[in-house]
Amino acid sequence: MSASISAREAILGRVRSAIAGTEQTSWEDVARHYRQQRPAEDLVGLFCERVADYRATVERVAPGGLTTAIVAAAHTAGARRVLAPAGVPHSWYEALTSEFAHVDDGTGIDTAGLERVDAVITTAVVGIASTGTIVLDHGPGQGHRAVTLVPDVHICVVAESQVADDVPDGLRRLDPARPMTFISGPSATSDIELKRVEGVHGPRTLHVLVTPDEP
Amino acid sequence: MPAFPQAAKQELANSQLRHNLANATSTIRHKRAEVVGELDDWAQLREAGAAIKSHTLSNLDTYLERFEEAVTAAGGTVHWARDAAEANRIVVDLVRATGEREVVKVKSMATQEIELNEALQDAGIDAWETDLAELIVQLGHDTPSHILVPAIHRNRAEIREIFQQEMGKVGTPAPADLTDEPARLAEAARRHLREKFLRAKVAVSGANFAVAETGSLVVVESEGNGRMCLTLPETLISVVGIEKLVPRWQDLEVFLQLLPRSSTGERMNPYTSTWTGVTPGDGPQSFHVVLLDNGRTNALADEIGRQALRCIRCSACLNVCPVYERTGGHAYGSVYPGPIGAVLTPQLRGTTSEVDKALPYASSLCGACYDVCPVAINIPDLLVHLRTRVVEEHRGWQSKPMDALMSMASWVLGDSRRLAAAQKVASLSRRVIGRKGTIGRLPPPLSRWTDARDAPAPAEETFRTWWERNRGSDSR
Amino acid sequence: MRVALFATCLGDTMFPAAPKATVQVLERLGCEVEFPAAQTCCGQMHTNTGYRKQAKSSVRTFVDAFAGYDAVVAPSGSCVASVRHQHAMVADGDRKLGRAVAEVAPRVHELSEFLMDVLGVTDVGAYFPHRVTYHPTCHSARLLRVGDRPLRLLRAVRSLELVELPAAEQCCGFGGTFALKNPDVSVAMGADKARHVRETDAEVLCAGDNSCLMHIGGLLSRQRSGIRVMHLAEILASAEGADR
Repeated sequence: MSASISAREAILGRVRSAIAGTEQTSWEDVARHYRQQRPAEDLVGLFCERVADYRATVERVAPGGLTTAIVAAAHTAGARRVLAPAGVPHSWYEALTSEFAHVDDGTGIDTAGLERVDAVITTAVVGIASTGTIVLDHGPGQGHRAVTLVPDVHICVVAESQVADDVPDGLRRLDPARPMTFISGPSATSDIELKRVEGVHGPRTLHVLVTPDEP
Repeated sequence: MPAFPQAAKQELANSQLRHNLANATSTIRHKRAEVVGELDDWAQLREAGAAIKSHTLSNLDTYLERFEEAVTAAGGTVHWARDAAEANRIVVDLVRATGEREVVKVKSMATQEIELNEALQDAGIDAWETDLAELIVQLGHDTPSHILVPAIHRNRAEIREIFQQEMGKVGTPAPADLTDEPARLAEAARRHLREKFLRAKVAVSGANFAVAETGSLVVVESEGNGRMCLTLPETLISVVGIEKLVPRWQDLEVFLQLLPRSSTGERMNPYTSTWTGVTPGDGPQSFHVVLLDNGRTNALADEIGRQALRCIRCSACLNVCPVYERTGGHAYGSVYPGPIGAVLTPQLRGTTSEVDKALPYASSLCGACYDVCPVAINIPDLLVHLRTRVVEEHRGWQSKPMDALMSMASWVLGDSRRLAAAQKVASLSRRVIGRKGTIGRLPPPLSRWTDARDAPAPAEETFRTWWERNRGSDSR
Repeated sequence: MRVALFATCLGDTMFPAAPKATVQVLERLGCEVEFPAAQTCCGQMHTNTGYRKQAKSSVRTFVDAFAGYDAVVAPSGSCVASVRHQHAMVADGDRKLGRAVAEVAPRVHELSEFLMDVLGVTDVGAYFPHRVTYHPTCHSARLLRVGDRPLRLLRAVRSLELVELPAAEQCCGFGGTFALKNPDVSVAMGADKARHVRETDAEVLCAGDNSCLMHIGGLLSRQRSGIRVMHLAEILASAEGADR
């Protein structure tokens, strides 16, 4: 450990001598003249449009129609084994178990188990309209991080009240102590001739259900 | 490795490379311009991005200590590395302590810079690159040529061939009927790497940002390979340059707008992961950060040069650079190519080698890089600053004729009478070499001009003489 | 208004047509033009090649020659940019020179800026019955931000047919001593620029910097393209009955 401590002191010493004589500005003095808010006439509409831009499937659900929409989305994906992490509303399980033979709540499932799941259905914590982003903080209803990563289909339910107008508003709603995943469309790459291809390692299908109901 | 002018000459002869690069860079340039144009406050975001980074650098010791404290409190361990060798030793020791013989890697410039893969290999540890482009580079026994898209110099047909020949040697082979459709190539990479993701117990990553206030790290990516590495293994080691710090969580609101739009030309990249230390029951339960200096404090000590440390590795400057577009990244002889590489590399490595001395000259100073830089690094001014340093540190290096030419020109241009006398000589030379008004061949070093271009002959009558003849009484 | 002409070392020695034309245009618009004979060069070649100390004598000569004028006009975006952006840098540490630079530099104008912003003129009364394409040189465009001023001046020239240059904003590859230090890249960039110029079928390539025109023109001439290069000032000075 002593070598590490001396490296620490050496680097901090170099930093201090490098910046000696430099004016020490304060964080509060950083000019932030950019938009703290980016209001849109139809925030939820913009969110849906921007998510769809990434070639995700986006659906606005009518009040009271969520469980039906969830089941339909899982059918559309051709799923047989579905996972809805602990913490999603009980009504989802009732609807899912009546339709699918294998419904898991993610408790105690390992990576090999996740490989056998066709579709995962979760809630989210925040949506960001201007960028079409969904944020998971992997709390109740969202599962631990691997749950929304390994299966090939992710059906994500976002409540209209969760939609922030832009990145600053979105970040303010989040708790940095939690692990987080910001998702903007399905997994994609532009590594081959800068042509965008959807679907590399993450879920290749992202299906977003936007509901007026509380999650 | 030859210096830039010679290396560039070789690369220029590769017409496939120039075709690939021209296509790719013009595609990304247009995408960037479109999404940047969507934000009417781009200039203000850019100004804030530059200011946050400058502020952080001017208080870097405080923020490094704060970051260390926050990571430790959240269950992580912080290591400090003065140089590449020390960083590599730390990572090798950490991997060995797990008893594992392989790691999966998230694309990281810092680990490229320290040549971690080679160090791991020397220690008998396999390092698997999982970013598609890095995979192409690794399987092709090649080196990256772009910060964001390291295999930009390869086209789809070449990639197909690499996958077919190489994948089977190190894991799941490419399907026999693989075509050069990008979607099929991506599918082959998915199958090849999934086996490695599910097996790996140790991952190595870099980070795009490190938040001092909270100890959070941020990795911005597209494919999900980052999420795989950051989530599935038991141990995670992140190698982070000390310039990656931002003071507070709120500062990410600026960079998460600047970075994706500048780099891939998207409103937001598909996946951004943030994590703070260790989360019980979710993700790696052993987490290490290696804070890397490796020349960064040298750059920090240069009041003008330090702005290069604001760089967020978006690569927008590469995509607009007319020099990069024609030579590609390999000619720069550094993991950081293009305009930012030309100002960053000589500061990190110093200007002793021929390669590093030539880098600040690898630019026509057209200024396109400064215009697109999301943190307003004045790359053209920095290039000129570093050229001055090279000349002052290595008087006589710049080829004797250049030194002599510059001294003579300085003497002539220091006084109008000397200039007028020199002009008389030049005008006389016209009768000998340039009667037609153009010159087809000049002696070295000016032959570098006339090898491909005609040169103008000096004017028969200079402006100065014309003025004296026509308006003589007006001059003072 | 006492207007001083900065001919630039390149204009004075190699391309006197541009400063001569600048004088003609300015006089036609009623300016009294002077040529301070003590002038030499802006020092950019030295500064940009890393010979900052050697640039100092040029900068000193420059501020001495142009002190006291209301306005200084130069037919070069690049030299004006050097005056405005680099002279203070070169003077660094020399307070007397620094003060002189701060006094003179803001009064130095590139030709199109001076015509439109100071004199408020777009139509300079020129006549030029030819097909012309315009290359915005990097330092005019990115350091001085002259924008579309040169294009507006050209559009006001009678009988001139202005054709758009593809990829106009791309650097021609001249870059001062870059053209000698990295000749292969410089020529590769210039070759693309020359190809775009030929694609326009223009008779004349116009720009606001003789340095870039020397490079592109040298390639066009080697290629025997038959396309002439002309400084913006030369076109603006052309009048009916005096076609070149």
